Amino acid sequence: MKNKILPFSVIIIFGIIFFIFYKGLEDSKIYTPDVNTKKEIPVFNTKEFFSGENVKSSRIFEADKVYLLNIWSSWCVPCRQEHPLLMNLNLENKLNIIGMNYKDNLKNAENFLKELGNPYKEIFIDLDGTIAIEWGAYGVPESFLIYNNEIIKKYIGPLNQELVDEINLLIK
Amino acid sequence: MKFLKFFLIVIILFPLSSINAEENDIRNKITKNLRCLICQGQSVYDSDSEFANSLKIVVDKKLQEGLSEDQIYEYFKTKYGEWILYDPGLNKNTYILWLLPILIFLIGGAIIYKSFIVKK
Repeated sequence: MKNKILPFSVIIIFGIIFFIFYKGLEDSKIYTPDVNTKKEIPVFNTKEFFSGENVKSSRIFEADKVYLLNIWSSWCVPCRQEHPLLMNLNLENKLNIIGMNYKDNLKNAENFLKELGNPYKEIFIDLDGTIAIEWGAYGVPESFLIYNNEIIKKYIGPLNQELVDEINLLIK
Repeated sequence: MKFLKFFLIVIILFPLSSINAEENDIRNKITKNLRCLICQGQSVYDSDSEFANSLKIVVDKKLQEGLSEDQIYEYFKTKYGEWILYDPGLNKNTYILWLLPILIFLIGGAIIYKSFIVKK
């Protein structure tokens, strides 16, 4: 009897391990940072897009106001797709959309806005990508919904109609 | 005179270059322990993506500001979560990861002890 317990338990343990690993295969291995935690927005210094003047982040983001920070770039193809949605968002409600121009050639960026329109209330530039890191972003496009100097929600990748509806619900 | 000049230049440059090397060492060590989120599976050190290049700049800046290695890890952890570190610390999410090998070692040791040593 005693001899039988050991092989039997070994088989069961291996079975359990196999099951756990097999289940693990189904999980996505692509990691995305947490998008729902509320975080204070970072403090940084940057330059204004059109004038090239130095601005402080505290001047761009006022308390008690809702902002949508959108990280974009003229070389980013998904940005081109989401741009009409931003234009609509800008027209339909009083949401302040702030643009952050990410590692871009300013001439190209200006042409991009001329071609597709400018939904942004204000644009600042991030030439070396370090401000994006302050925000915890890792690519373009990314959008942050901000209220009272706090990030309420983070959208990684281009916005779509569903997400725009969600934003409209959130800001009501 | 020429020799003196050369000597002076060597003396002036030597400590600077060694400081530089030290800084590069720590920078490489840190970027090797940071995971690139764009090209998952690569470290920031290995990657040449936009994100990784910016991260290297930030690491340089933080080192210049005088932050220690752990402080820099802590900074990135608050921005991107524990996952960005290849070498995660011990906390409630990772204690199984850290303790499982020890547990397996102990159980294995117990089995060996029971079946080989006690039997004799």
